[in-house]
Amino acid sequence: MSAAPHRQVLITGIGLASSLGEGLDAHWTALTAPDGPKPVIDTEHFAPYPVHPMAELALDTQIPRRGDQRQMEPWQRIGTYAAGLALDNAGIKDQPEILERTDMIVSAGGGERDIAVDSAILTDLLTTNDPGKLLNERLSNDLRPTLFLAQLPNLLAGNISIVHKVTGSSRTFMGEEAAGIDAVRTAHARVASRQSEICLVGGSYNAERLDMLLLFELGNYLWREDWLPVWDRLSRGGGMVTGSMGAFLILESAEHAESRGGKAIASLDAVMSDRCKRETGAATAVARGQLEKIRPQLGSGKTALLTGATGAEPISGEERAFLESLVAENDDIAVRAVGSVIGHGLEAQFPVLVALAALTASRGKLYPALDSTGLEVDSGAAVDRVLVNLWGHWRGEGMALVSPAG
Amino acid sequence: MSGNNGYFDRKGRPIVVVTGMGIVTSLGRGREDNWKALTAGQSGIHSITRFPTEGLRTTIGGTVDFVSADPFCAPALSENLADMAVSEAIEQSVIGSAGDFPGPLFIAVPPVEMEWPQREELARSMSPSGAVDYHTLLDAAHRGRPDLHDRFLFGGVAETLADRYGTKGSPISLSTACASGATAIQLGVEAIRRGEADAALTVGTDGSIHAEALIRFSLLSALSTQNDPPEGAAKPFSKNRDGFVMAEGAAALVLESLEHARARGARILGVLEGAGEAADSFHRTRSNPDGHAIIGCLEAALEDAGVSPDEVDYINAHGTGTPENDKMECLGVQTVFGDHAEKMPISSNKSMIGHTLTAAGAVEAAFSLMTIAEGRIPPTINYEVPDPAITLDVVPNEARDAQVRRVMSNSFGFGGQNVSLVMAAEPA
Repeated sequence: MSAAPHRQVLITGIGLASSLGEGLDAHWTALTAPDGPKPVIDTEHFAPYPVHPMAELALDTQIPRRGDQRQMEPWQRIGTYAAGLALDNAGIKDQPEILERTDMIVSAGGGERDIAVDSAILTDLLTTNDPGKLLNERLSNDLRPTLFLAQLPNLLAGNISIVHKVTGSSRTFMGEEAAGIDAVRTAHARVASRQSEICLVGGSYNAERLDMLLLFELGNYLWREDWLPVWDRLSRGGGMVTGSMGAFLILESAEHAESRGGKAIASLDAVMSDRCKRETGAATAVARGQLEKIRPQLGSGKTALLTGATGAEPISGEERAFLESLVAENDDIAVRAVGSVIGHGLEAQFPVLVALAALTASRGKLYPALDSTGLEVDSGAAVDRVLVNLWGHWRGEGMALVSPAG
Repeated sequence: MSGNNGYFDRKGRPIVVVTGMGIVTSLGRGREDNWKALTAGQSGIHSITRFPTEGLRTTIGGTVDFVSADPFCAPALSENLADMAVSEAIEQSVIGSAGDFPGPLFIAVPPVEMEWPQREELARSMSPSGAVDYHTLLDAAHRGRPDLHDRFLFGGVAETLADRYGTKGSPISLSTACASGATAIQLGVEAIRRGEADAALTVGTDGSIHAEALIRFSLLSALSTQNDPPEGAAKPFSKNRDGFVMAEGAAALVLESLEHARARGARILGVLEGAGEAADSFHRTRSNPDGHAIIGCLEAALEDAGVSPDEVDYINAHGTGTPENDKMECLGVQTVFGDHAEKMPISSNKSMIGHTLTAAGAVEAAFSLMTIAEGRIPPTINYEVPDPAITLDVVPNEARDAQVRRVMSNSFGFGGQNVSLVMAAEPA
């Protein structure tokens, strides 16, 4: 085995949209509001499940053709929008020569269905004598032909190619949280190993869907009570609150960024992914191993740790114990559960965490705590780097290290 | 980066070879049965019996009926098909030990959604009177069905296989629509070239023929409606071609660095010399009429492999049998290969196995390597009415003996996905 030499990978563009707004400045303003971050929560439309709804987006600014907007379901619109923000932020939006060789990796779910059609068919299915015939007739007549394309996971990437002309390469990873982790890890590895000079990577999630909630309720992962921050849910059985979000990053080699006059927002120093079967302590062992690999890059100073803890038990309790042990070993680590402010976004969660880590690193400080249980602590100290930790609600453990540019 | 000791390509990257292959299609289970049927020009397409097809425009497909998934759902069958292909590939490769594959898993799986039987089961469990909706389903779900949660996660199939075969690291589930199988191989090649892994297990699987899936493709007018006789429906490159035929299958390839394979004395089945890719920004289901993405993809594959067009002996076509695909693929091949395109055979496995969708790129890569090894080119069957606009040698109707040293295999998909692989015989 001959490991290719690795080079530094810069984050030179970020597109971020969530319940807190769109863009880095809006997120920073909301997170550092004078009386602390104020999550936006919809407790009505999907009761008893609270969700964090997407802020109103000026879709026309990133997806100018209404025809394109109509061809997408909301998760694709959020993603295509966030991808456009990232290209704008990197300053390559209108540079076809760069876009046509920009690589792309998208972490996607999909499968947004026509809730009304499904419900009507299901109602009739329960009373018919000929379910096969009914299903054939009704699906043939009631399904919107283009809905299929709005459901396909790889059509988020397809829409980004069509709307933003990113065509260097196009891969779509599926598989919930792990898809987002591996998308960022693979994009990082390709740039670090010189397989790619510039790569757009990210994902999106639309939480405002009964069909999406259904999948997670089957495993009883969801929080069904009045909203609480992530750590405050654990003593009451735990539960995940999903949030609409999208994040795309431009990862770029320093040489390429310099050649086009691109500026680094932060440096993505390491990304790791792994898996285990989630026996008690297994995820902790995975994360300990990841941390040991990252440790040589940690240095001294203050480390912010952004976690994607979902709030679902027992895994969030195990993660909390892991994080407490890190803080006990090193009181220069300060923890924030991003899920407390914007919820959990499955495939999009890791790209969002890395985006917020880059924002935190670039501002050099951490937003105020949102936790009454004592794990998150406020401090005015400057942040020297940001660790990202994400354990998927069922599978997948990822870690990343982000440091300030320059 | 590399002193060249024969283990690195002209660009200094580790050479990637294939040391194990497994195949399941509607033609049968395993390499041998498939190859025999494929070179006999046999079709695996038949009338669908898995579900009632009354009232549907298309009633045929290449369902794999000899593999069970009970109760049927796409991820369950896709998992079983992948499992068969993987076990055959690992057995041939003799790599690692049972439950301990020494590298990562890249698997192309069909998109997953809960299906009608499960929706119906959940709804009935609430004994509803009158209208039901997603609140009914959520109430049923709240009682707890972790089995269905695990089954309908996008990452579920990959996690199960990763457990069973002990692949290393986080398994990657991917989709690039009908190019997915080729993308899985491409990702494996890249991981080995990066030095991240010495071996990789790459899989494409698709067992997703159910009523809604068939209807969705039908609503996009993508499918052949020439249901009778079923085996005559898939007619790539013919003038009367009228769409593709949905089919199921799986293929697995064990990839290794040449150095790793030689060190353990593995039998080398062929070399993955290169992979090329280009996304199309024209339309969600159609290629740019100027063909530039397909052309760019083919050129990128040749460039990545470091070979010139006239060094390719045969093309394993995407060849779906849709009017659009075959025309555009022909344009791409003629543009990139010039005069050589007129002499070079190109045939479509899909004329016999149908379009195995997510699995197609992997299945056809495996058949491409067998074409090299066996010196025999599978035909394009159902070629009765030539399309005068497609002046390629499509190996009509009967297999042909030929020395094939290097193959290009093309895969194109909805969403502007284009991937081409270049494969060759073992290096001297």
